Amino acid sequence: MLRIISILVRNHPGVLSHVAGLFTRRAYNIESIAAGETENPKITRITITVRGDEPVFQQVTKQLRKLIDVIKVQELLPTESIARELVLLTIYAPMGKRVELIQIANTFGATVVDIAAETMTLEFMGNQRKIDTILNALGAFKVKDLARTGVVSLPLESQLERKKHLLEG
Amino acid sequence: MTSGKKKGSQIVIDSLIEAGVEQIFGFPGGAVIPIYDVLYDAPLKHILARHEQGAAHAADGYARATGKVGVCVATSGPGATNLVTGLFTAQMDSVPMVAITGQVPLAAIGHDSFQEADIYGISIPVTKYNYLVKNVEDLQRVINEAFFIASTGRKGVVLVDIPRDIQTTEVKPKKLGPVEIPGYLEAFQEDNSRQIAEALQAIKAARRPVVYAGGGVVSSGAVEELRAFIQKTRIPITTTLMGKGVYPERDELALGMLGMHGTKYANYSIYESDLIIAMGVRFDDRAVGNVSRFAPLARIIHMDIDAAEIGKRMAVHIPIVGDLKEVLSTFNQKLQYQARKRWLERVANLKQEHPLAFKDDGKLKPQHIIKTLSDITKGELIVTTDVGQHQMWSALYYLTTEPRRFITSGGLGTMGFGFPAAIGAAAGRSDLPVVNIAGDGSFQMCIQELATVRMYNLPVKMFIINNGYLGMVRQWQQFFWQGRYSYTRLEFNPDFCKVAEGYDIPALRVTEPGEVPSAIDKALNTDGPMLVDFYVDKEENVIPMIPPAGGQTDFIGED
Repeated sequence: MLRIISILVRNHPGVLSHVAGLFTRRAYNIESIAAGETENPKITRITITVRGDEPVFQQVTKQLRKLIDVIKVQELLPTESIARELVLLTIYAPMGKRVELIQIANTFGATVVDIAAETMTLEFMGNQRKIDTILNALGAFKVKDLARTGVVSLPLESQLERKKHLLEG
Repeated sequence: MTSGKKKGSQIVIDSLIEAGVEQIFGFPGGAVIPIYDVLYDAPLKHILARHEQGAAHAADGYARATGKVGVCVATSGPGATNLVTGLFTAQMDSVPMVAITGQVPLAAIGHDSFQEADIYGISIPVTKYNYLVKNVEDLQRVINEAFFIASTGRKGVVLVDIPRDIQTTEVKPKKLGPVEIPGYLEAFQEDNSRQIAEALQAIKAARRPVVYAGGGVVSSGAVEELRAFIQKTRIPITTTLMGKGVYPERDELALGMLGMHGTKYANYSIYESDLIIAMGVRFDDRAVGNVSRFAPLARIIHMDIDAAEIGKRMAVHIPIVGDLKEVLSTFNQKLQYQARKRWLERVANLKQEHPLAFKDDGKLKPQHIIKTLSDITKGELIVTTDVGQHQMWSALYYLTTEPRRFITSGGLGTMGFGFPAAIGAAAGRSDLPVVNIAGDGSFQMCIQELATVRMYNLPVKMFIINNGYLGMVRQWQQFFWQGRYSYTRLEFNPDFCKVAEGYDIPALRVTEPGEVPSAIDKALNTDGPMLVDFYVDKEENVIPMIPPAGGQTDFIGED
C-alpha cells in the first residue's frame, strides 16, 4: 500500500543524505521523494511516498521522527489531503499518429510543450491515479524520456475543519 | 588575541572543557595539528592510542565505565575512517560519545585531496548525528550541541568534522544560550499515563511475571529505581548482555542472562511467564530468538525512551515510551509489596532443575577461570570482554553486583573492543582494577594498544582465553556446518607472554586448573598492566545454546 509522509526538516546540505540514508539502511521501499524550501528558508518540506504495511509504516514514521534534523512528521491521508505530481514525457510520435496523441493529451488536460521531427513532449500533472491513467493511455507510444517530480502533498484544511466539526458536533 | 578573538582550535578545546570533559583519547595527524597544538598546554588529559580504532573503543569504554561522554580525536582521511568501527560499536549500544575529526581545508574538499575522506557521509549511518563545520562562527555552537545530542534522549555518538583552516581561523567566542533543536526532545516524550495505568493493573494481576531488563536501565540512571521495583514486587529478573549489573546477580531473584546463550532457567521462566516487563531493551535476535515463539503465554509491557524500539521486532500489548527512571518511580509509588510465593518457588525449582554447569574433566576450562575470577573478586572490579565464546562465558559466569562494571560490545559484536575499552575504563575509574577477558583471536585485533597500556601504566589485566581457534565460529561450524572448521583454527599464534615481554609488561602462562587462583591473585596484586595467557580446553563449547531463530526451550549441543 502506498502512503504519503510529509516531513519538515532543518534546511542544510546534509539533511537529504540523512533522510535517504535512513531508507536504504532500514530497507524501506521508497516510491518517490520530493524536497523543497518552505515559506521559512530554514525549513525544507520533504514529501515521501512509501510502500509497506502498517507495521512498516509505523517504523518509518518513528525512525524519521528520531532524526535530529526532522522537526515534524505527518501522514497525509488521501481523503484529507491533496497530492500532485508533475510529469514531463518525451515520446516518439510518427506523423500519422500525432493527431491521436494530441487527442489523448487533450482528454487528460496534458499540454504539448515541444514538437520535434520524431518526438513530442507532453507536460501533465495530477495525483497518482491520474498519472497512471495517462501513462496507460499512452501505452502504445514508445517513450524516449520520462521525468517525474515525485509527489508533493499538503493537507486539505477544509477537510480537516469538517472533520473537527463532525467530531465536536 | 587583542580583539578577544580565538582560533578555531582553541574554541574546540575550550568547548570540551566547558562541556566538562577531563579525559580524551586520540591519535594526531596532519589535519588536527592545530587542535593538538592547543592540547599541548590544555588542562585536559589525553591518552595516545596506537590506532584510531583503539582511541574510539577507549573513549567508549571510558563512557561506559563512568557514564560521562567519551571523546576521541583523529585526523582526516584514514584517521577518520579508522574510527568508524569504534563509532558504530558505541552507537549500537547507545553509548554517549563525541568524535572530533580533522578535515582537509574547505577549499580542498571534494578534490580527492591527500588524506581526504567524506567522513560526514561515511558516518551518517553509524552515528546519532554528525556535523561538517563550514563556518568558524558555527564551531562553538556545534560542539555544544554535539554533547547535548550525545547525552540526551536515547544516547549515542556524534561526530564533528572540522576542516583544518576552520581550526586556524579566528573568531570571537560567544555566550551560548540553551541548545535549540526543534522537535528533538519532543520525539522522546509521549503522554504515557494511560499505558502506565494499564501496566500497573497488569503487574498487580500477573501470577508469573518476569522482568527483562537491558542497557537502557543503565543509560537512564534507573538502577536504584529498578532495584526498588524488584524488591517491592518480588518479580524475578533476567537481563540482556547490556543489562548485566542492573541487579546483583547472586540474588535469589536474579535469573542471569536470557537468550541464545542465556541460562536455561531464565529462558524457561520466560516461557512459563504470563507477564513480561521489558525495560530498556530492544528484543534483539540474540536475546529473544524467534519473536513469534517468545513468551507464548505472556502479555508484554515494553518500556523504552525510544518510540521506534516499540513494535520494531515485537508486537507488544502495553507500550510505554518514556524515561525509565521516571516510569519506575511512578511504579514504585503505586505498587504494594507482593510475596509472590508460588511463582518464586517455581523459579527456584527451575534453577535447581537446570543449573548452569560445565563438565569438570580435569582440563583447564574457560568457565572455571571466569568463575574463579568472579568468586575471588565478588564481581566488584570492572570486566571488559571481546567478542566470542569467552564473552558468553564471561556473561554467564562472571556475576556482577553493580552497573557499569561489565563492559562488552553487545549490539555490533566488535572483536578487538575489549582491550582498548579496558584502557578507557581504567582511565575513567582509577579506583578499580580492570580485567579484559579476551580470546586469542580477538586480542590480536587491537594488540597494538599494549604500548598504550604500558605507556600510561594502567592497571589493566589481560586474560587471554587461548584455545587456538576463532572459537565461536568453530562452535557454529561444529553444530551447523558438519564440523568443517574452515579457517577458524589459528594455526600460528604468537607467544603472548613474549609479546608482553616485548612491551615490558609482566606475563604468566596458565595450563592447569589448579594454577588459576594464584594467577588471578598475582595479576590483581601486580601494579600496572599484566597479561595472563590461559591455555584452555580447545574445543569447549558455550552451553546452553538455542539455535538462531529458535524458541525459548530449543536447547542444543548437550551430550
